[in-house]
Amino acid sequence: MTITNPSQVLLSANELTCIREERILFDELSFNINAGDIVQIEGPNGAGKTSLLRIIAGLSRPYAGEVEYLGENITRCRDEFNNDLLYFGHLAGVKSELTAEENLNFNLRISGYDDFDTTELLAKVNLTGFEEALAGHLSAGQHRRTALARLQHTNCKIWILDEPFTAIDKKGVEELEHLFIAHAKSGGCVILTTHQDMGIINNDILRKVTLDYRFV
Amino acid sequence: MKRGISYTAAFMTLLQRDLRIAIRHRGDIFNPLLFFILVVTLFPLGIGPEPQVLTRVAPGIIWVAALLASMLSLERLFKADFSDGTLEQMLLSPQPLSVLVLAKVLAHWILTGVPLILVAPLLAVLLHLDGNSYGALMATLALGTPVLSLLGAIGVALTVGLRKGGVLLSLLILPLYIPVLIFATSAIDAAGLNLAYDGQLAILAAMLVGSLILAPFAIGASLRVSTN
Amino acid sequence: MWKWLHTYADPERAYKLSGTLLPWFACLAIAFIGLGTTWGLLFAPMDYQQGDSFRIIYIHVPAASMSMATYMAMASASFVGLVWQIKSADWAAAAIAPIGAIITFIALLTGAAWGKPMWGTWWVWDARLTSELVLLFLYLGVISLYASFEDKVLAARAAGILAIVGVINVPIIKYSVDWWSSLHQPSTIKITEKSTMTNEMIFPLLINMAGFGLMIGAITLVRYRAEILARNGMRPWVRELATAEEAK
Repeated sequence: MTITNPSQVLLSANELTCIREERILFDELSFNINAGDIVQIEGPNGAGKTSLLRIIAGLSRPYAGEVEYLGENITRCRDEFNNDLLYFGHLAGVKSELTAEENLNFNLRISGYDDFDTTELLAKVNLTGFEEALAGHLSAGQHRRTALARLQHTNCKIWILDEPFTAIDKKGVEELEHLFIAHAKSGGCVILTTHQDMGIINNDILRKVTLDYRFV
Repeated sequence: MKRGISYTAAFMTLLQRDLRIAIRHRGDIFNPLLFFILVVTLFPLGIGPEPQVLTRVAPGIIWVAALLASMLSLERLFKADFSDGTLEQMLLSPQPLSVLVLAKVLAHWILTGVPLILVAPLLAVLLHLDGNSYGALMATLALGTPVLSLLGAIGVALTVGLRKGGVLLSLLILPLYIPVLIFATSAIDAAGLNLAYDGQLAILAAMLVGSLILAPFAIGASLRVSTN
Repeated sequence: MWKWLHTYADPERAYKLSGTLLPWFACLAIAFIGLGTTWGLLFAPMDYQQGDSFRIIYIHVPAASMSMATYMAMASASFVGLVWQIKSADWAAAAIAPIGAIITFIALLTGAAWGKPMWGTWWVWDARLTSELVLLFLYLGVISLYASFEDKVLAARAAGILAIVGVINVPIIKYSVDWWSSLHQPSTIKITEKSTMTNEMIFPLLINMAGFGLMIGAITLVRYRAEILARNGMRPWVRELATAEEAK
């Protein structure tokens, strides 16, 4: 594990409990995420990985427990927390009626940035030549890349990524892995779920939080 | 890397995006309008073509049709953003949610409310609306339809995550529309009798201000529940 | 006070407390309604204008006044649940809603039945009845919204927001309907011309109002206990309770 500054706990989960449709997904789950961590949430389908990510991101409210950002409950410092959070969910957040460029432009502006060059950023995710194409006409992989281009222009420390490698080719996965490592080294953290094996991020630098499927 | 985008810029970004999408999807603008026109034309067929009768009921017909058209078109307000994940991004944006919500509601009103106001005088002619009432009709629609959009958006935000939202939506929001209906139609009636109707307009304006201030918070809170 | 209240946010304690309170509410409600209704229907003097038909106010007025109070109770519970995230309050709101709807329905029904001898027709667009009808719609909205969500934690939050939006709107709706009704029917007979009511008529009415309040309290407690059990089915104490019940 590469902890650049072990004293800096970016996020901490305190006794999180999640109940969905009367089923307990996890009970009193606690962990800390430090600057420099790459954390994989793993577990079988239905174990609550996405639910956990959404709770950490502040999209869902836990049944009990709380998530703290730099020692403060995220519901009480939502503005600061959202300023430092990049969440990439199951749904890419790409409008099929808009072009790749318009989508990226909107996604970045809504996060508060106004100094970027969409052509350059799209080139970084291998979408040169597709800037003017409607997102609805792009392939599944290109669709995801349009959304992932956000990772190229951000100063958020906390990245929460739900299945970021879905529909991405081998080379793209490698590039993303490099990006994650660079982000962690610069003092950020990455929290992700994936069912794919990662080639570059090996178990030495990867921390895991494991969720079990529960029947009750 | 700067993150100094102002509230106004965020508001305009979202407004522009919604208008651009709507222009590429023109059917969404015309369908509610068509519905409005159709409902109004059904009434003379149902109650008979006598001009006196129509003059008497015209304000009510136009306003009830406007309520229904507004509700029908609102149903899609957050649906697309919800299903492609952009709604989540808005909720996680560092911009205040109420500003973003207000931009969406305004875009929706420009696309559905304004055409409805523009076509209303034509329908009023078909219904033999009293000559004195046209000003009141336009004024009440201009003040009232934004209130409908704002109140309706609360109901839409509450039901956006549900599969069978349609009928439920009408149960949630039509009762909230009652005050707008009452004051708008009574203003038009008063104008037809050459009476002052500025009192009713003032109340409608008060409702507009009140809902502009309070509704965005309720819509935001509802969206947070729906995306949970 | 706050600390003391907070311990009752624990579902098991709330369940036990409501179990202790239930018999009191139930007995008092039966006593009050029994007394008020017998007095009102059999012994209170006849109204000189309306004859015996006025006696329906002993059901109508308590139901109508409680329908609004119950809505306020439901919305307050929702507010506590939303703001302080106390789940017991959410369950209380969910327990109250259908009772409020039924009380409102009773008020409407008795109002219509009273309208028949008074106005010669079952339904008049009287301001009071119209407001009551809209209130029924508001209740039904809250109930159906709660029923539409699979996840009852979310359901309670959604229905809670709607109930609170409703509370802001109830006075506006009430005012606009009153105004509308005065505009369209300036000569409506006021159905509650109280000046002619003697004390003999009013006492049973007040007793019945208290009785209705207690009855709603008792039914709420029953539903509240059921709601707590339903929402905590996976908790050990509920399972113990169930096995103990089975053993009996």
